[in-house]
Amino acid sequence: MLRGKGRRISFFDEMTSQEGGTRSPYREYCGWFEAEDATRIQRKAQQAEALFRTTGITFNVYGAADGDERLIPFDVVPRIISASEWRRLSRGIEQRVRALNAFLHDIYHRQEILRAGRVPTDLIAGNEAFLPMMMGLDPPGGIYTHISGTDIVRTGADEFYVLEDNARTPSGVSYMLENRETMLQMFPELFAKVPVREVSDYPINLLKSLAACAPPACGGTPTVAVLTPGIHNSAYYEHSFLADHMGAELVEGHDLRVIDGRVAMRTTQGYKAIDVVYRRVDDDFLDPLNFRPDSMLGVPGIWDVYRAGGITIANAPGTGIADDKALYSYMPDIIEFYTGEKALLPNVPTWRCSDPEHLREVLDRLPELVVKEVHGSGGYGMLVGPAASKKELAAFRAKLEANPGNYIAQPTLSLSTVPIFTKKGLAPRHVDLRPFVLMSPQGVTITPGGLTRVAMTKGSLVVNSSQGGGTKDTWVLED
Amino acid sequence: MLGKTAGSLFWMARYLERSENNARLIDAGFRIALTRSSTAAAEWKSVLVTAGVNQAFKAAHGDYSSARVIDFLLRDPANPSSILSVIKLARDNARTARTALTRETWEAVNTSWMTLVALLKRPVREDDLPDVLTTIRQQSAHVRGALNGTMLRNDGYHFALLGTFLERADNTARILDVKYYLLLPSVAHIGTSIDNVQWETILRSVSAHRAYRWLYGAEISALKIAEFLILYRQMPRSLAFCCERMEDHLAQLQRHYGEETEAWRLAHALSHEKLAGPIQSIFDGGLHQYVTSFLRDTAALARQVERDYRFVE
Repeated sequence: MLRGKGRRISFFDEMTSQEGGTRSPYREYCGWFEAEDATRIQRKAQQAEALFRTTGITFNVYGAADGDERLIPFDVVPRIISASEWRRLSRGIEQRVRALNAFLHDIYHRQEILRAGRVPTDLIAGNEAFLPMMMGLDPPGGIYTHISGTDIVRTGADEFYVLEDNARTPSGVSYMLENRETMLQMFPELFAKVPVREVSDYPINLLKSLAACAPPACGGTPTVAVLTPGIHNSAYYEHSFLADHMGAELVEGHDLRVIDGRVAMRTTQGYKAIDVVYRRVDDDFLDPLNFRPDSMLGVPGIWDVYRAGGITIANAPGTGIADDKALYSYMPDIIEFYTGEKALLPNVPTWRCSDPEHLREVLDRLPELVVKEVHGSGGYGMLVGPAASKKELAAFRAKLEANPGNYIAQPTLSLSTVPIFTKKGLAPRHVDLRPFVLMSPQGVTITPGGLTRVAMTKGSLVVNSSQGGGTKDTWVLED
Repeated sequence: MLGKTAGSLFWMARYLERSENNARLIDAGFRIALTRSSTAAAEWKSVLVTAGVNQAFKAAHGDYSSARVIDFLLRDPANPSSILSVIKLARDNARTARTALTRETWEAVNTSWMTLVALLKRPVREDDLPDVLTTIRQQSAHVRGALNGTMLRNDGYHFALLGTFLERADNTARILDVKYYLLLPSVAHIGTSIDNVQWETILRSVSAHRAYRWLYGAEISALKIAEFLILYRQMPRSLAFCCERMEDHLAQLQRHYGEETEAWRLAHALSHEKLAGPIQSIFDGGLHQYVTSFLRDTAALARQVERDYRFVE
């Protein structure tokens, strides 16, 4: 699994086995592909790009010039997962998400896991993602993580690892849905040949799942709204997409105010109470009266309404503590503590740089490791040792030594590859997978598949869209 | 529907209408600049005044050369009414109101924006200008087609159409406001014909020079032109037509929400009192005063709509 110095290692390719044959989930697809005319596929790939532009599935890169909207590259070759592989993955994911939810409840109530000494107390108490105001508070339905996205990487035929638990506001689900829509439009005949499981019911499942967590103050059918920072946010397309497909209002902070103990939205006919808000703004920005006073994105007083059971906030405030990278290394213990079972999906071995011994080892082996900021996301501020220059390594070493507690390190994983379509034919590129998980008192729903992110550059291991990564449609085959 | 969404639909439609109207103004100005170089500067100035951006232009540029004015009106980001600025605002509003638009309408707006951004990437050469202006008008027609062909006739539709007609009424009134002096002398001295090229420009800037011919034949009179632009209810850019449409959309919103509004009352008064005619009485009271007060009334109506339907807090 570790990439040795100067040693070339082979990567697991999901389409072609080491012996050179096509792996079974891809057999039907490859049969179709070989019979296809490459120029036709080339043409379709260009059409797909035009389709994405017209639909407006673009994103703003922070710091880029105004109007410089980019498209996340889309690759027309699907990533295919067999029914049995998916069964295994989804069981592991469900276990993990249930454990996270139990962990959050515990951390904000009796803190049994700290008393048992399974997670160090100072990791919680001194953590910015920990929200003391959530102590003793019961979110409606007992749900903290209504929506999560578990990042999974594959390193071999039977080797899957969880890389990250995104329990705040995971994005990308609109790409999962639009990628499928695009494939259906471009290659309808493929879907007649290959039995692929549907993903299109995600928005309706999301709506049901949110509605099932309505607060005590809700009378009748719950009114659901999506809270967005606005059109300049990089994920705005997704916010409007989800609101549109759920039939829910898309609100911004200035559309809302607290009236008579409820959060209400300004409609053309006056203020109307909302019951569940799927917020796509961070905790810090939710309520300028209770959190960051300079926030223009939130609703003054929403926190007090939440405390009193007047509204459901999804995900619950304070869930960030569960996907904190410093806590990640404790996940196997956390799962065992709450479910009584071993983790079905393993963690990636992780060094905590706050620990002096770990730090020493990390500094020794820096050129072969991946180092991440504890609170970072989106691939910003991260070091990929094997790809870094001497200068970059030295600079990072200095940052690491100055503030070790801010970092964790992991071995550079040999991520599996799936081919992308290029002008010269199929070419393997590294991928990861983000399945989307919904949780409500009625259970856990995992959409089959998820978002496959792919590093478009040869050899690159960074799949983040902000760093030039692309996406693929992800197929889970019917049994 | 959210008040903000209603406001965004209203403004999306206003900006789209504005881009089309400005394209017409440029077209009419350009024709005069080509055929009568001696009056070109004065004509460009009146185009800028009509578009409400003469001050901004003067602040940035010295003289009214065709190339400079055209570039300012088409592409200048410092001009809030340039075609590029306006289409971007239209698209931003469409994005804000995305959940209230059909996919086809949204895609039409987005495609317009993409097309115009690409088209106006570089300064437009004079010999390309007619094609560029045609494309701008076609984009607008494309959006209107998608809107009319696919949107539910619910509150959102009425807010968008309200924006369209308010902007259009405003535009026609501004043209009259800037050009009224051309119409006046001939009324005072009945029998003197007004400047043919000038009146044609007025009609051209509302795409109605041929419609006028069919209606009035060869008779070119200031009274008739004013009547046509102000009172003629079959002419889709006349003040009377626009106000009648606004009144109707506001009436439908009242029905939809089951609530009477001050905005409807204002629109009703505009349509039935201000535009009752006859044209002679408008001239008797002073055309300029009439147009000025009309512009004031439509601005008040816009503010009232915003209040009644809670576009902003």
